[in-house]
Amino acid sequence: MSTLVDKRRIDWAGIAFAVVLTLVIIFPLIVVGTWAFANVWRYPAIIPQEFGLRYWGTTLSRQDVWTSITMSLSLSLMVTLLSCIICLPAAYAFARMSFPARNLLFFSFLAGQAFPKFGLLVAIAGIFLHLNLIGNFWGVVMIQLVGTLLYMIWIPVAAFQSVDRRMEEAARDVGASPFRVFWSITLPQAGPTIAAAVLLSFVGTFYETEGAWLIGAPAIRTMPVLMISFINNQPVIQYGAVLSVLLWIPSFFAILFARRVVNSSSFARGFGG
Amino acid sequence: MAVLEIQNVTKTFGSGSVRAVDDFSLTVGDGELVCLLGPSGSGKSTLLRMVGGFETPTGGSIRIDGDDVTKAPPEKRPTGMVFQSHALWTHMNVFKNLAFGLKLRRLPPEEIKRRVEAILELVGLPGYGTRLTHQLSGGQQQRVALARSLVLEPKILLLDEPFASLDQHLRERLREEVRDIQQRLKITTLFVTHGQDEALAMADRIVVMRDGKMEQVAAPDTLYREPQTPFVAGFIGTMNLAEGVVSDGTFTRGPFTMPVPVGDGAAILAVRPEALGLAPGGMGDIHRVTDFGTHGIVDVDLPDGFRFKAMVPEAREWKAGQKVDLKPRAFSAYRDNAVIYRSQAAS
Repeated sequence: MSTLVDKRRIDWAGIAFAVVLTLVIIFPLIVVGTWAFANVWRYPAIIPQEFGLRYWGTTLSRQDVWTSITMSLSLSLMVTLLSCIICLPAAYAFARMSFPARNLLFFSFLAGQAFPKFGLLVAIAGIFLHLNLIGNFWGVVMIQLVGTLLYMIWIPVAAFQSVDRRMEEAARDVGASPFRVFWSITLPQAGPTIAAAVLLSFVGTFYETEGAWLIGAPAIRTMPVLMISFINNQPVIQYGAVLSVLLWIPSFFAILFARRVVNSSSFARGFGG
Repeated sequence: MAVLEIQNVTKTFGSGSVRAVDDFSLTVGDGELVCLLGPSGSGKSTLLRMVGGFETPTGGSIRIDGDDVTKAPPEKRPTGMVFQSHALWTHMNVFKNLAFGLKLRRLPPEEIKRRVEAILELVGLPGYGTRLTHQLSGGQQQRVALARSLVLEPKILLLDEPFASLDQHLRERLREEVRDIQQRLKITTLFVTHGQDEALAMADRIVVMRDGKMEQVAAPDTLYREPQTPFVAGFIGTMNLAEGVVSDGTFTRGPFTMPVPVGDGAAILAVRPEALGLAPGGMGDIHRVTDFGTHGIVDVDLPDGFRFKAMVPEAREWKAGQKVDLKPRAFSAYRDNAVIYRSQAAS
């Protein structure tokens, strides 16, 4: 009997946890979501006086919004692509080869994250000013590339290291060249984890603001930068809210895509789960 | 079909200080199964990996059917290796695992299908092509790994402790199956193991390795009955190896003495438990009696602590604490790592 009673006992800790999570994560989302679809919402009303898509119309009709969307997408795609080209071979080298100062180099990627980022950015901005990279697309690409290095090196290194060497040897044994082994065995084995890293760097770049603002201003305006200026300069909350909802779209599709391509367990493995 | 010749092969690691394999020569005849047997670190796996092309010898040569493959990469060798950890490609199903090598050889799809199905039949897994590797049991995975090598019809099959990760029961069944398949295909095979049972059960010849060198090579029955060195004697089966001194034709270790017709000097007396008789007396004390039903094992301690193991037909005749004499019925004597005497009954 006692076990039956135990099973029916209410998990208060779990409920409390769920409530806190709801308040902290879901509630702000609901507020922002509501603002985006509110035509009129004045204090002290709990729900907006008038729902509607008026501010969507005005936001989406603005030229600067559309420029920032294209800018954000092309920046994120370019940074992710370059990051793959630079980091994946480097990660393979870190995982499989031994060369002088290997460990020092490997940990230097952490150093970029260890210092206050803004200070680092200001220092880089000083250099970029001389190189005419301020307010330049490629300047922002370079600065955002730095931000992806840690994910795109460390996670793929772990992925390559966890590929069983015997599997690769077995492939050599049945007649595959080293390149074929990499293509048919190593990459598919490490693939899900690497996909997680790529996704992480895409989404991370999309939402990156400090570098984009400091290096890109005034010519380059990404969506988050535009959103900040809306929030700072506009008395109308709805512009910022609409843009926030728009900003969810890429991460939402990214996660949908991730679930399709990658089964959940290996995806979690990529994040160290 | 194929002959494997290993000539004076040496492999050093580091700056030449570690000799994993030291001037090793062996010829494996056509269709023969030779076991490399030795403790871990004896260089047996390194030797096998050199034959497979995964390590390059520091010196010496490896020939397959007369072709020098010493420097050839694994993909250019007519060898097929089965790894201890099976090393199946987990992102492919069984069929794709088996077909991968055939596809690399650009065989037509129907031919690939036919050969994969035939090899699955051979290893006792017909219809398993669509299974994923993690859906298979440990024994089935190892069968697929064997099939993956065999489907390419290699000239030399290399087995690197393929049963080490399996439980005892499965290991015994699988080694019989592998031996049957090997004999049916008459494929030249080099097999690495640290289990003497496996070696004795499967091999045509056994190479006992120690510190990168060949200690002895012989057929299983010869190896058990005529070990050339104390190391082999101790490694194959159980052997009492008593160090002592011979003077005037008598071997002495404490109160234990027995006539051995060799010259004076230090010597090692080797007696199998089944050749060691016991009689009431005073040479040693019985420390323990273990009753296995069919026979018993009696541990007898000399005063200096050296322990003999004797096999007796009836365990209940002996008790711990009893004082006994040791009566070897057959024995050998070693000096300077070589046999100097072998009694009549021992050979």
